[in-house]
Formats: sequence, C-alpha cells, structure tokens
Amino acid sequence: MSVMKRMSMIFKSKANKALDRMEDPRETLDYSYQRQLEMLQKVRRGVADVATSRKRLELQINQLEGQQTKLTEQGKKALQVGREDLAREALTRRAGLDSQLGDLRAQYQQLQGEEEKLTLASQRLQAKVDSFRTRKETIKATYTAAEAQTKINEAFSGISEEMGDVGLAIQRAEEKTETMKARAGAIDELLASGALEDFSGPKDDIQAELDRMGSGPGVDLELERLKAELGQGPAPKELSQGTPTAQPQQQPHDTPQQAPWPQNPGGAQ
Amino acid sequence: MIVRLMGEGQLDVAADDLSALNTLDAELESAIESGDETAFRAALHALLDNVRKVGTPLPADSLAPSELILPPADAHIDEVRSMLGDEGLIPD
Repeated sequence: MSVMKRMSMIFKSKANKALDRMEDPRETLDYSYQRQLEMLQKVRRGVADVATSRKRLELQINQLEGQQTKLTEQGKKALQVGREDLAREALTRRAGLDSQLGDLRAQYQQLQGEEEKLTLASQRLQAKVDSFRTRKETIKATYTAAEAQTKINEAFSGISEEMGDVGLAIQRAEEKTETMKARAGAIDELLASGALEDFSGPKDDIQAELDRMGSGPGVDLELERLKAELGQGPAPKELSQGTPTAQPQQQPHDTPQQAPWPQNPGGAQ
Repeated sequence: MIVRLMGEGQLDVAADDLSALNTLDAELESAIESGDETAFRAALHALLDNVRKVGTPLPADSLAPSELILPPADAHIDEVRSMLGDEGLIPD
C-alpha cells in the first residue's frame, strides 16, 4: 500500500483507539479539549525553548567573532612591528575559530528554521482548537448522546491528526535543541577554560608580547636596525599589509592558511 | 482529496492531480524498501513539491481529517520506516 495512505491510516487508527476508550461521547469532547489545551502549552514551551537556545548561540557567535576580529588586529599589528612569528600565531589561532564559527552559524540557521516551523504549527493548532471548542458546544447543545457519536468522530479525527503531527514536530525539535544545548555547553566550557583562548584576558600572550614591544617601533625592530647599521644583517623590509614576507622561522610552526585579512569577519545577523 | 504535509499543514488536491502523485508515491515506497537514502530523499522532495504546487491550503481552523499524509521534508529514511512500522512514532 502506498506510503501516503499508510501514514493516514496510522493517524486514523490512533484517533479511533482514543475514541474507543471513552464511555460517554460528551465526555470524549471535554477530555479531548483538555488534551488539546495541554498540547498547545507544550508547543509554546517548545517554541520558547528553541528561542532560548538560539539566543545562546547568538551570544556565543558574537563572542567568537569578537575574538576573531581581535586576532586579526593583533596579526596586523605584529606585522607592522616586524614580528611575523607572532602574526603567524595569531592567524593560526584565528583559523581554529573560523571553523567553529562556521559550524555555529549553520546550527543557528537550523534553529531559526525550527523556531519558525513550530510557531506556525502553534498557530495552526490554536485555530483548530478554537474551532473544536465551538463545534463541541454545538454538539453538546444540539444532540443527544446517541446522536452525537458521528459528529464527535468527525471533529475528533481532524484535531487528533493535527495533535499527532504537532506532537511529532515538538519531539523532533526537542531532540535537535538538546544536541545544540550540549554543544553550546561544550563551547561555554572551552571559553571558560581558555582552551579557545579568551584573548582579552590575562592569558593573551600575543597581546602581552605586542605591549612589551610598545606602541612605537619595537625593541626587536630597533635591534634589527642597529644590526643593519653595523652591517650584521639585512634591514627589515617595509611590510605591506596582507602580504607577510616569508622569512625563515626560528621555531617551526604549522603553516596556516594564508588568508587575506577579512574586512568583515561577522556574518550572523 | 485532502493531503497533509507533516509539519506544514493540509492542502486540498484535485482528483486529476492525483495520478502524478501516485507515481511519485510508488517511487518513495520502493526507495524505503530498498533503503536507498538518496532515492528516498529525491522522491520525498519531488512529492512534497508537487503537492505544494497543485494543492490549495486548507483554512487553519478546518477540522477535516486527511486522506493522505506525507512525512516532513527533513525526515530520515529510518524515521519514516519506523513511522510506518507497528510501533509508529506518532505520539498518542
């Protein structure tokens, strides 16, 4: 049998089972209406939960973007004072942040979509619940218990299908949100532990090094100049931004991606 | 005939448009049986797109049950298989 038909029958049989449990059809109406109101609450909680996760992600994205900008600036500054080793270090760290940010932004998009879907589902369910309430009162006022059964079945199967659909949507959203929460928690821990390096804190060795060199020409740069005057080495080249000259490194480093300076490392709205 | 796209709502599809849907539905079914995720994804999306194109959305306050029901667009093949199984995923 076709997939579409089978799905529909599964929903219908669920509705019928629920109806069979009821003695008095009118009782079915009231009981069902209570269940609907509970489901509405659940959907609203779901929307709020997804929104909370989304906001948390947004904060993390902003934090990481701030660090990304800072590392870029530090890289530039390091180059200006002729410290290519520091610039390379800053860029290497920035590359690590770049991939984290890429993932987070993708998740953010996903959560936004989820939030939108649930909001619409909540509106659809609300409209059906209102409609069911009206129908319920009409049936109770107009028909005897014996006559009411057919009318009740009609109203009940429509709303119960909607409840099944929205119930599943909530379950799926909850699963996704849980995964995101775990991930956001892990990132918070990383940020707290300094493994992602809170470069604005005291751990910021790059900044410390740059500060130590002062805002004017650095000590090392002076040293290079003096050496050049005394004929002990090449004078430092004028460095144009964004094209670090390849000089042999004292300490070997992993070669980072030679990315051009991003004009706007932001991206999440 | 009323068709529900899970997570999206219900649409009314004219009888003339059903044969095209049935062809796609058969493809979806064989993809689920063979466990071919790629074919499943293609068939499901083709089916959903088609229903959205030919169907007229029902008003939100309608209480009519659907004749046909389709899984959500981002459903995984295993998820749909268990929906169709005895256990089912649809909450009571």
